Amino acid sequence: MSVDEKTVRRIAHLARVAVAEDDVAHLQSELNAILAFVEQLSEVDCQGVEPMTSVTPMAMKKREDKITDGGIAEDVLRNAPAREGSYFLVPKVVE
Amino acid sequence: MTELTSLTLAEARDGLRKRAFSAVELADAHVAAIEQARALNAYVVETPDVARAMAKDADTRLKSSDARPLEGIPLGIKDLFATKDVRTTACSRILDNFVPTYESTVTSQLWRDGAVMLGKLNNDEFAMGSSNETSCFGPVINPWRRKGSNAALVPGGSSGGSSAAVAARLCLGATATDTGGSIRQPAAFTGTVGIKPTYGRCSRWGIIAYASSLDQAGPIARTVRDTAILLRSMAGHDPKDSTSVDRAVPDYEAALGRPVKGLTIGIPKEYRVPGMAAEIGTLWEQGVAWLKAAGAEIVEVSLPHTKYALPAYYIVAPAEASSNLARYDGVRYGLRQPGRDVIGMYEKTRADGFGAEVRRRIMIGTYVLSAGYYDAYYLQAQKVRTLIKRDFDDCFAKGVDAILTPTTPSDAFGLGEKAGADPIEMYLNDVFTVTVNMAGLPGLSIPAGLSSDGLPLGLQLIGRPFDEETLFSLGAVIEQAAGSFMPERWWY
Repeated sequence: MSVDEKTVRRIAHLARVAVAEDDVAHLQSELNAILAFVEQLSEVDCQGVEPMTSVTPMAMKKREDKITDGGIAEDVLRNAPAREGSYFLVPKVVE
Repeated sequence: MTELTSLTLAEARDGLRKRAFSAVELADAHVAAIEQARALNAYVVETPDVARAMAKDADTRLKSSDARPLEGIPLGIKDLFATKDVRTTACSRILDNFVPTYESTVTSQLWRDGAVMLGKLNNDEFAMGSSNETSCFGPVINPWRRKGSNAALVPGGSSGGSSAAVAARLCLGATATDTGGSIRQPAAFTGTVGIKPTYGRCSRWGIIAYASSLDQAGPIARTVRDTAILLRSMAGHDPKDSTSVDRAVPDYEAALGRPVKGLTIGIPKEYRVPGMAAEIGTLWEQGVAWLKAAGAEIVEVSLPHTKYALPAYYIVAPAEASSNLARYDGVRYGLRQPGRDVIGMYEKTRADGFGAEVRRRIMIGTYVLSAGYYDAYYLQAQKVRTLIKRDFDDCFAKGVDAILTPTTPSDAFGLGEKAGADPIEMYLNDVFTVTVNMAGLPGLSIPAGLSSDGLPLGLQLIGRPFDEETLFSLGAVIEQAAGSFMPERWWY
């Protein structure tokens, strides 16, 4: 499988990465090189093989449902690029 | 007296306890060495004040004979580990000036045991790379040079700052992480020892995530013993990482010197790959001979799905990366670039903040997880991963105790040499190491000789899950036979 320019733009948008028009062709050829490389996986017979979900056999751990952390708004906001009081600021979302 | 920076970690530990020198003297010697080695670009943050303060505390403990396991030992920390109040960026522009308000579990355990922090070490951006050339702070220069040449070589990656700093004696040991070979390949390129422990052995909490089902922390140091000492402090169960394993941490150092007589060592025939340098094959045979001489039994084994590990990795790892890196959106931390609306702000921030290799992997990951392609790529890769692990399981079930392979298909290459148009060329560096991550196994790289150009080469030992001890026992045998390798100091 390979991707065309339209697909490159669609993936970039899904990934929320702006791509300049000049970069599309270059990116397309790099992505296609990688896709051609991984293509060989299709020759492996995986009939009846379970996809891996956990590399070490282990049961999902559970913990008691109680509050163990919190009340650290200042810590959470310390690296915010823009804030107001205890809130993160973002560009207007609702018109 | 030997220079304090030339001591091994174990020698420094003993010297501190005997009060042959103080922790402050040891820290100062390293601080000075770091200042003189800035040409290598190994450190991206130097923390001499933190180091001296920690060393002073260590001296108080040492004086009152209250020393903890790593009391006064100066270490470098890969920039992937969150360090409280010390800038942590994964060497990406997108994290900008991020200063964590918390400490990663692994580093907190090192400080708990008395270690001293010298600073943060360079790495490939988000650990994506095999040469340390994708760092936003620029490449690290390998302290090793080819015989009769001044050409700058890469130190391997992604833990290139860690490997270079250890080889250049800018710390006694370093933390590192390994997703596809990022501890073992740089160790091999710099004549240092590195171990990627079993998946789940070290907590991933507070380590900036790349591919969570593959990422694992481990140490790089100058001897097998030093890595064993560090791993004991780094490993252990952590309730904050649900994949960390609740299993006692053995005294790894005690595994050194244990007889290897009667152990069965597998030699996988599929690792004789086309394009492998002839001298790598010779080194491998030498390793076999050393282990044989120590009484180990050598058997040929087959890991039939080896050639599919790298392509499967380049689906699984980018897929996980695309999810993990979705958090960098310019809202809560790091870089923010203005856009015409909130989506525009995300897109602009991520385009400017991520480097080319990271953007490439995010896009591949997004593609293989997207509707219509998930089954063909991601699901197929996860099935192949099951088969890769099964190959190893079968091998160990037949009584093989460990597997011996080369660590890399070549010695260190030049800066910019593999930065060409084809990203696959760089990816092939990890052909021998990536299988180990796919199967979640422990892997140890030990320097085993020099190439015809006078550069270090490594051998890799792969073990059963949670049997790092056998790797340390066998690694010590190879180390004993091969000797140690130090670059000549040219950087000041």
